Amino acid sequence: MANEHTQVDILVVGAGPAGLAAAISAKEAGIERIVVLEREDFQGGILRQCIHNGFGLHRFKVELTGPEYAQRDIDRAAELGIDIRTGVTVLEVSDDRRVTAISQQGGLQVFEAGAVILAMGCRERSRGALAIPGTRCAGIFSAGTAQRYVNLEGYMPGRRVVILGSGDIGLIMARRMTLQGAKVLACVELMPYSSGLNRNIVQCLQDYDIPLLLSHTVTDIHGRERLTGVTVSQVDENRRPIPGTEQHFDCDTLLLSVGLIPENELSQGAGVELSAATSGAVVDNTLQTNVPGIFACGNVLHVHDLVDHVSNEASVAGRAAAAYVRGKAWQGRSLPVMDGAGVRGTVPQRIILPEVPVDFTIDLMFRPINVYRNHYLVVRADDKVLSCKKHMILTPGEMAVAPMNEKMLEQCRDAQAVTVEISEEKVS
Amino acid sequence: MYDVLIIGAGVIGCAVARQIAQYEGKVAVLDKAGDVSEGASKANSGIVHAGYDATPGSEKARLNVKGAAMYPQLCRQLGLPYGQPGALVLAFDEADRAAIQALEAQSRVNEVAGCRVIERDEVLAMEPNVNPAVVCALHVPTSGLVSPYELTHALANAAAAGGVEFQLETEVTGIEQIEGGWALHTNRGVLYTRAFVNCAGVYGGVLHNMISTRPVRIIPRRGQYYLLDRDEHLPFGMTMFQVPTKMGKGVLISPTTHGNLLIGPTAEDIEDGGDVTTTADGLADVLSKAALTWPDISTRSVITNFSGIRAHEAGGDFIIGTVEGAGEGAFEAIGIESPGLTAAPAIGEELGTWVAYFLQLPKKRYMRDVPPMPKAFSHMSPGEREAAYLKDPEYGRIVCRCETVTEAEVRQAIRQPVGARTLDGVKRRTRAGMGRCQGGFCSPRVVQILCEELGMKPEEVTKFGGGSWLLAGTLDSMGTEDGSHGE
Repeated sequence: MANEHTQVDILVVGAGPAGLAAAISAKEAGIERIVVLEREDFQGGILRQCIHNGFGLHRFKVELTGPEYAQRDIDRAAELGIDIRTGVTVLEVSDDRRVTAISQQGGLQVFEAGAVILAMGCRERSRGALAIPGTRCAGIFSAGTAQRYVNLEGYMPGRRVVILGSGDIGLIMARRMTLQGAKVLACVELMPYSSGLNRNIVQCLQDYDIPLLLSHTVTDIHGRERLTGVTVSQVDENRRPIPGTEQHFDCDTLLLSVGLIPENELSQGAGVELSAATSGAVVDNTLQTNVPGIFACGNVLHVHDLVDHVSNEASVAGRAAAAYVRGKAWQGRSLPVMDGAGVRGTVPQRIILPEVPVDFTIDLMFRPINVYRNHYLVVRADDKVLSCKKHMILTPGEMAVAPMNEKMLEQCRDAQAVTVEISEEKVS
Repeated sequence: MYDVLIIGAGVIGCAVARQIAQYEGKVAVLDKAGDVSEGASKANSGIVHAGYDATPGSEKARLNVKGAAMYPQLCRQLGLPYGQPGALVLAFDEADRAAIQALEAQSRVNEVAGCRVIERDEVLAMEPNVNPAVVCALHVPTSGLVSPYELTHALANAAAAGGVEFQLETEVTGIEQIEGGWALHTNRGVLYTRAFVNCAGVYGGVLHNMISTRPVRIIPRRGQYYLLDRDEHLPFGMTMFQVPTKMGKGVLISPTTHGNLLIGPTAEDIEDGGDVTTTADGLADVLSKAALTWPDISTRSVITNFSGIRAHEAGGDFIIGTVEGAGEGAFEAIGIESPGLTAAPAIGEELGTWVAYFLQLPKKRYMRDVPPMPKAFSHMSPGEREAAYLKDPEYGRIVCRCETVTEAEVRQAIRQPVGARTLDGVKRRTRAGMGRCQGGFCSPRVVQILCEELGMKPEEVTKFGGGSWLLAGTLDSMGTEDGSHGE
């Protein structure tokens, strides 16, 4: 009942794909007392409303819908007997891993955890954060909210739609709204390139003749009660609207797909250091934050494109948390990972190099800051080039991965820092 | 026949209504909007001004100082957060210094306690994020903060608990004197009353001019704002003013009662009193002016921008009392711009008493105590949360994750005497949807709860009444003409 202090080995915040995979891997590593707290009434997180396919190709080698992908983890967690509690909202995480939560069934509860895994996911950037001028009418939705109304509640947010931003959820919703009988007039993107996956641009816009207006943005919003239209303008290379390029669209709905922000308010409360580049925690290669015993994974750490990567990352956190609880946390020298030319937000930000020979690999993940064609992805230890691999395309819309194998890591023994950079020329 | 009809359910109309509720009589508040607090009262700086800058001898000066003194006790009674962090009026050159010194002198004439000029070092010691180019400042220790819409809702609920009716979506279109009173023509028919009070904000001039021999001009003066996310370490602890101009108090930077940071407003005279659009130029103007106070200004944590409309009267002072040249029983409080929020409790008390006295309404022998607004879950201690949960387990369900609003609070907001009927109504009463995600996660759930409580269908739920529908209809309704919204 209330104010019960429960001791657990690992407490996972969130039962979306990251939280489920983390809990599963920790359990498979032999940890018994694992509790997963989920604020929604169902497990699976945002995947529940992602009824389109394209999930699981990397992890399961088969194309699944979001709910199908989630169900595999939900079933596996049930099979392992993991204690997953839904309808429970975590109110606070302290730096000594006391977790306060509340639910309708259980009231206030306090957990004392050996390790905490943060897997709260992310939220969508709102109209307010963009400071789009205009009226404050009804009819402006973030794309994920619209997706929830359509796919979970069975309601259409509107009939004539403009989409601002070409993030993946916006692209998916362009197709979804069209299939459901709405008219999607345009997808408007501020940048000269899309931030969505190429396959979504083809399958969700081009296949339905929905124009993608690059280097454009919404510069005014009309309608006193319900949206009646938006003004769209072209922007210059500094992303400022160009006067005289305004065009008007009559629409009753504006969907925003303008970026995702890791939801780190609980992390901040626990004293977790955040990265300005990712808005997620600063972590080492075991995904441990600066606060001992607190780990982060999935979209709360950095925003991913593919759930397969989320699950894999979360498994790393689950195993590392298991090792931490057993008193076998990694020890060793901490080596910083730096963003070099063309690179932003590399995760992890630190590599712990053990004294013993390295027997693991690391994926350095980051977002290119621009679109680069036929460039080289370079990993250095100080001045020494560890790898240099040519990529046909590197784009901000797709997370890039620079793998580091055992040999490369061994070569870092005496280095001051590892740097990831994008180079036009081959380097050696 | 009503004894009193109050036109306008803003902070002034609701304060007048709460005062009149102490008397026997049939009283109603009318508003053309679908909720109370839909005009100037929902979008302003939320400052309880100390009263140093109103012209001595004006109604503004008198009611400002009187109203400000009422706030601490009023907020305690109503159960509202009230803060008194103080304010600085910043001077950046010697001309500003002269203006600041004049304000200090004026503060004494207006009988505002404690104002004094402090020099640069003391300013920067108090507020290290102030532009180091600051020369000196007027320190105003009694400057306070209140949430203007929370105050209006609390006043409305108190009035309604005292028997005052609220008739919303009721627009007064004509005023006619009749034998023994007045006929108010509305979109919902004619209402008869012995007396009425015009508290119609930016529309107050139109109503006044229907019956008065001395026309007034109320100019809608728009103010645009930025709102920044809550933060335990806000850059400023006090309200930062610049030297006032003839258009008003200038761009301020202030914490709010809920720990957000508010930056604004602009001051633009516009034609249409309902035009609360924000503009690219206006928002840029806010930032450039605020940068004088705060050179490191950052919009990284902006969660929204909005506009409010002030009812500026060309003569520059409040107009309060009987309507000049009209027959008996016509009262008004118009031209209520800044410091109108501060003055509202005093205006309500004086005007409400005046109307009751005019009508010879007997004071109620027995006044039921109006319980204060319940404390927000997000402001509760762990012990208070525990107690709230034990009384109502729906305190255990968090609906709005950004502002930590519970299902119990959303339902209470709908069940209040003047309860929420719309998404914005729930938002202003509970803060659900007011946080950093701006309702992205909680609005579908709030729609469901509104439907459960009010027996509505989701497609009938609006953002703020009228034609502000949220959902076009069910998936099946697309392409049909079954009464769903849209084509």
